[in-house]
Amino acid sequence: MGNLDLSFVDLELLRKFVLNGFLFSVQLTVVSTVGGILVGTLLALMRLSGNRILAWPAVTYVNVMRSIPLVMVILWFFLLIPFLIGRSIGAELSAFITFIAFQAAFFSEIMRAGIQSISRGQVFAGQALGMTYAQNMRLVILPQAVRNMLPVLLTQTIVLFQDTSLVYAIGAYDLLKGFVTAGKIYGRPEEAYLLAAVVYFLICFGLSALVRRLQARIAIIR
Amino acid sequence: MALDWQIFLEDDGSGRTYLEWILDAWRWTLSVAGSAWVVAMCVGALMGVLRTLPHSPWLVRLSNAWVELFRNVPLLVQIFLWYFVLPRMFPAMQQVSGFALVVMGLGFFTSARIAEQVRAGIQALPRGQRDAAMAMGFSTWQTYRYVLLPMALRIVWPPLTSESMNLLKNSSVAFAVSVAELTMYAMQVQEETSRGVEVYLAVTALYAVSALGIYALMSWAERRMRVPGFMATGGPGGGH
Repeated sequence: MGNLDLSFVDLELLRKFVLNGFLFSVQLTVVSTVGGILVGTLLALMRLSGNRILAWPAVTYVNVMRSIPLVMVILWFFLLIPFLIGRSIGAELSAFITFIAFQAAFFSEIMRAGIQSISRGQVFAGQALGMTYAQNMRLVILPQAVRNMLPVLLTQTIVLFQDTSLVYAIGAYDLLKGFVTAGKIYGRPEEAYLLAAVVYFLICFGLSALVRRLQARIAIIR
Repeated sequence: MALDWQIFLEDDGSGRTYLEWILDAWRWTLSVAGSAWVVAMCVGALMGVLRTLPHSPWLVRLSNAWVELFRNVPLLVQIFLWYFVLPRMFPAMQQVSGFALVVMGLGFFTSARIAEQVRAGIQALPRGQRDAAMAMGFSTWQTYRYVLLPMALRIVWPPLTSESMNLLKNSSVAFAVSVAELTMYAMQVQEETSRGVEVYLAVTALYAVSALGIYALMSWAERRMRVPGFMATGGPGGGH
């Protein structure tokens, strides 16, 4: 272990190179979680609607997204978005769009499982009270589905936070890139990778511990 | 936009066509994923078993730490650690090929997820199975070898199938350390030829074909291993 030297690390370096990357990674995670849950819920509702014209596109979309490596999805969007809208957008904006689209596929499967975990009686009860489909979903089904699936959703969000490091492929400036850049400038790339690993570990380990505690607290005892 | 598939017949400047190159890249992807799969299954099964040992708190702690360590660092960062940092820290590792380092990185990363599945599979078995083995005078090794693992591995085979497909997808991060696999190919050839759509389509198709192949193989293995009349049945006549 003798030939690693971490003495170059100080607050100045963290503030100058790492902080912006960290903020971007967090933003990307939060935005694509919120966007992914919204679009994903919509996809899940389409799939469960019993209407073939609605279900088929949702199923296809989810399956295609889930069968392609995330790096390839990132590359695809980076290639196609400028092509479709006729002008280039930065790696950062492209990353936001990609991750919302990608997360939607995963969250839709989680939401589908959540909605299906609610007993049919709840749906019938809502209908018997004269609720419309939208009211039934919003007031009866979805709140319970989200509650059942909250630990899974949060775990998936932690995975997402780790996955955001893959924007490396298109050169967006995220947490990992922050460390890599600092390592390059100070001529200490190996130490920078090691530090990045430690920081990711502390964040993700801490968050998973929180999720476990939350899971114990919100579990509905039946 | 017209797709121009002729591009794959063109020379890449070193005497081979882009078609030959993509087939090479596919082989790299399959060998990285295949080798990492072997590492992941062996280490993952071992760690999964350790986590369920009844009287060895330290081994349980060790395997829990293993899972937490490999689950909470992004795969890309882990690959960098294996490829750049470990050879710096341990000069002996400088002799190891980049391919082997990526295989270890990908394999250990996946082993944590497999360990989690195997643990769940073992814990899903009724307690009576373990007790029965003990009552028969089996050693711990025999209990796992003849009683617990044969059923547990069958139970977790479907999640292991999807983990195997994930492993294939995850092998794409090897691009970051210049393993000449499919994603690396996609990035490089896109740059060289500017025919990104054709190149990405071909690469994506090869990933999809490989994933289907893994699925077919794992399902075949699942059918081969099925205990006749055990799973999936359970109708009348299942009692004594």
